[in-house]
Amino acid sequence: MENIEKTYKMGGVDIRALDGISFDIDDGEMPAIMGPSGSGKSTLMHIIGCLDHADAGRYILAGEDVSRLSPNQLAEIRNRRIGFVFQTFNLLARMNALENVELPLLYAGNDHAKAQAEEALKIVGLADRMTHEPNQLSGGQRQRVAIARAIVTNPTIILADEPTGNLDTKTGDEILALFRELNRQGRTVIVVTHEPDVARQCGRQIHLRDGRIVPYDKKVGA
Amino acid sequence: MLFWTIIKVALKSLLANKLRTILAMLGIIIGVGAVISMLAMGAGAQKQVLERISAMGTNLLIIRPGQHGSHGVTSGSRQNLTVDDATAILKIKGVFQIAPVVQGSAQAKYFNLNSRVAVVGSSPTYFTARNFDIGRGRSFTEGEVDSMMRVAVLGPTTVENLFQDEDPLGQTIKVNGINFQVVGVTKAKGDQGWFNPDDQAIVPYTTAMKQLFGLDYLREIDIQAVDGVDLTKLQEDITSLLRQRHRLQPEAQDDFNIRNQAEMIATATNVIQTFTFLLGGIASISLLVGGIGIMNIMLVTVTERTREIGIRKAIGAKNRDIMLQFLIEAIVLSGLGGLIGIALGVGGASIIAKLSQFKPFVRLPSVLLALSFAAAVGIFFGYYPARRAALLDPIEALRYE
Repeated sequence: MENIEKTYKMGGVDIRALDGISFDIDDGEMPAIMGPSGSGKSTLMHIIGCLDHADAGRYILAGEDVSRLSPNQLAEIRNRRIGFVFQTFNLLARMNALENVELPLLYAGNDHAKAQAEEALKIVGLADRMTHEPNQLSGGQRQRVAIARAIVTNPTIILADEPTGNLDTKTGDEILALFRELNRQGRTVIVVTHEPDVARQCGRQIHLRDGRIVPYDKKVGA
Repeated sequence: MLFWTIIKVALKSLLANKLRTILAMLGIIIGVGAVISMLAMGAGAQKQVLERISAMGTNLLIIRPGQHGSHGVTSGSRQNLTVDDATAILKIKGVFQIAPVVQGSAQAKYFNLNSRVAVVGSSPTYFTARNFDIGRGRSFTEGEVDSMMRVAVLGPTTVENLFQDEDPLGQTIKVNGINFQVVGVTKAKGDQGWFNPDDQAIVPYTTAMKQLFGLDYLREIDIQAVDGVDLTKLQEDITSLLRQRHRLQPEAQDDFNIRNQAEMIATATNVIQTFTFLLGGIASISLLVGGIGIMNIMLVTVTERTREIGIRKAIGAKNRDIMLQFLIEAIVLSGLGGLIGIALGVGGASIIAKLSQFKPFVRLPSVLLALSFAAAVGIFFGYYPARRAALLDPIEALRYE
């Protein structure tokens, strides 16, 4: 059961990037978080991804209050509960696909890192590319490696930040299809995007504007 | 993260930038190499000087006449050490044996071959006091000294110069025109730098004084003490005896001086150690500079890899993991540099040993010292960059282009 609720202000005195936001995301959902730049979308993503604290409010992830954890505790939460997929892939250039996918497990102190990493690469369809380095792979393949890295620790949430932003439409659709497949298997996938086409393929949409949630119906009407 | 994985990652990132890695290590390499070769030279010099001093003999006190002169201007040796002085010293407690010594230079001749040699006139005790071994034949006897016999013991170099391949024993050579019978040959001791003990003729001092040089005073008196006797105390006893014999007023300066072998060793060791510390100190400054070089390169590396640090943090690396990664990279850098520096220092020392007669001597403690110093430099200068990396904000780091 997953129950996220948050209300907070952020950005010091001047900027309120997020101005009192509350919502729940249930286990197994695939919501899209949408909004123009400056809407607080990235800030919200950082907080959901436990990269940052909220100034106020509570964030309960899988029954655990993570609002006031130390940086090292947050690192552990990121390691166990969250899988990141970035717009620019963010793979480590000097490591091959397998080593990239192994990395989160190594930080977790897992003894079966290699076998689990191989398994994750098979799921994303890259069983034959394990020893390739990122610069030997296409953009779509790189993003698949990144997705394998995100799912290898079997996290509660997969958090994708503009996952198709650097890909052509066809490859982007393939990546989205992969996300939907992972979602069907029961994983929670949160997609942050500003592309309506991408958002439409997700289960529901959360729209942000000026740090507040804009009702979904209104947005559809516009 | 597992320790060996971190080391593997560190080595990999160092290998990715080979030229930069080598340049960063260069300071440490030169520093460690310099420290090791300097300490090796110091140790070598010390060993050599001690060997030379102990080749002179053991438990040795050497009395020489004082210098003439006043107001700090010296004008040649006094002529005041006599055979009677020597005989009187022999009675002091703690004296094992004495050897009165006169010295001069003479032309030695055997048929058509001749050579300029140092002639030492002394007693048979000279051979034991000064650590000369008889290689062939025999030394002369007290009886031959008393009856002023014309017998000589030659050094091996002198034998070579005069006899070439002929057997010298029993042959007669002319020294300054006077016939001497060769009764023995000393074993080679090796050139000592300031004089060659293998190129001299040793004859009874009585013969040398009366027949060769016409002297009635001694050049020096060699005194060998009984084993375990306090040489400083013995030196005081001899000083007061000689002052009394020479009738010196209490305020007058000594008209002789006594060299104590233990003091010579202590002085030489002291001088060499001072030089070793000085050279080692200068060399360790380059080690410090090398450390700063490593810090510089680690700071550049951290900035350059800000994004990598962000990624690692996003997927769950703790501050400690990042810190350890960069710290180990710095330690590997300086440790590797230290190892190469040791190879360089040892290699340099052995090249110096080959090219000169001077023998540097690499000691294990100085190698361990240099290596641990290099690792300490790595930790010290790697800590700040590693800490900076560890404390980076993951969001900022991920945004870094």
